[in-house]
Amino acid sequence: MSVIKNIGAIAKGMSITFGEMLQPTTVENYPDGPGPLKGAQFQERFRGTHVLQRDENGLEKCVACFLCAAACPSNCIYIEAAENTAEQRISGAERYAKVYNIDYNRCIFCGYCVEACPTDAITHGHGFESATFNASALVYRKEQMLSPTPAHMGSNSVFNHADVEAGAPALPQAGS
Amino acid sequence: MLSIQTFLIVAVIKTLIALVVLLTAVAYTVWLERKVVGHMQNRWGPTRVGPFGLLQPLADGLKFILKEDLTPPHVNKPLYIAAPIIAMVFAITSIAVIPFGNPITVFGKQIPLQIADVNIGLLIILGITSMGVYGVALAGWSSNNKYSLLGGLRASAQMVSYEISLGLSLIGVLILAGSFSLKDIVDAQSGVFWGFIPKWNIFQGQIIAFFIYLCSAYAETNRIPFDLPEAETELVAGYHTEYSSMKFAMFFISEYANMMTVACLATILFLGGWHGPMFGPALLQAVLPLVWFGLKVFCFLFLYIWVRGTLPRFRYDQLMAFGWKFLLPLAIANLVITALVVAWTA
Repeated sequence: MSVIKNIGAIAKGMSITFGEMLQPTTVENYPDGPGPLKGAQFQERFRGTHVLQRDENGLEKCVACFLCAAACPSNCIYIEAAENTAEQRISGAERYAKVYNIDYNRCIFCGYCVEACPTDAITHGHGFESATFNASALVYRKEQMLSPTPAHMGSNSVFNHADVEAGAPALPQAGS
Repeated sequence: MLSIQTFLIVAVIKTLIALVVLLTAVAYTVWLERKVVGHMQNRWGPTRVGPFGLLQPLADGLKFILKEDLTPPHVNKPLYIAAPIIAMVFAITSIAVIPFGNPITVFGKQIPLQIADVNIGLLIILGITSMGVYGVALAGWSSNNKYSLLGGLRASAQMVSYEISLGLSLIGVLILAGSFSLKDIVDAQSGVFWGFIPKWNIFQGQIIAFFIYLCSAYAETNRIPFDLPEAETELVAGYHTEYSSMKFAMFFISEYANMMTVACLATILFLGGWHGPMFGPALLQAVLPLVWFGLKVFCFLFLYIWVRGTLPRFRYDQLMAFGWKFLLPLAIANLVITALVVAWTA
């Protein structure tokens, strides 16, 4: 009777695959999906391209302490510091980053820079569409990585200027 | 009787149509397989080329043509080149004797919907499809590669063993129809009994034969769960490991063309061919047999894909044991019982 049992098992397996065929797919419909993210979905803690955050006054949080560059295992962060003046106030503290480059040719998205940052200025965002035909375009400048808005205007600003220019929403959608 | 000119013109037209339909069906079976297996695994399948990825076969074909045709230096060149040609030629030739529908009347002349109405059609198909194993075996041997050789070896052993039960499963149908002509076999299945059950062979006690045919056909076409000749996990790609570009595509086409032949044959022998409910105006009645035939072939191909999405691969000794110790005795038993029943009721 093992034949009947085996045929029963095969029939059960076939019914499962047929049922699964009628279920909606679990794979994201990424480039064809709806909305500005084109169907891409993220875990909250996804480590994408970095976002340089602003404080509640709209000033940059980065104080050019170089701790992120020191923590970076692949040495991809380049910073030039400058003094804030009374006429031109960029960050909340004494110094600010005049140049802040991250070379995404070398970044391994380990998150050590985010851990090292004393002012929570650098965070991992959700940007991921950084593919390019030109490797020099992967060296992101500060202007590209700065958050468009202070964090209190959106619950958590996860898309930087470069992502917003590439079509990502400037403010996180409700529920995402 | 047709004059020789009309005969030639009609034959060329029929061949062209059958070839185009066959190759298109092959291309879209690949698309269907990728789509259906994709959805069974909760993926999308092809979506990028055209709506629902419908132009994917075109893109694939273009890609195959444009790829570099690499011939490894260590191969036996004449056989290496001949193997895909053999595989594809015999896979495509077998469509020639398959009837797709009732003869139609055009300009007062009766034209059968098959390229050649031969009275031993079934034998021809069996002969041609068993020649296809040469393509696979030669490809495996001439590639001079251990994976290819093992793949070719397995393919020839498997195809030779399963051909026996395949042939035996068909003899029951032959006894019922009393003819080798595929057209006569289909005609013997017209009508219904008990008022509603169609007189298809599968409903006339040949269900076990159909099961044997199904298993043997899957093994003959090297499809899951009998795809040992190209078991990716052990043999890279089996007999076509060393093939690239259009030569690989020819093996690919021959595999799917063989699937089409097997599906057509199953439709003709077990599922009543083009017979089905007839209704509507005369024009619809002329088209309906083709529709029924296509639908049955589609269902059989879908079953192929569905099984591929479900079952794992057999182990080699299981495959041989299943073929020789289970299918073959079952086929013989089915043959004896069918013969006895036919003799009893005659």
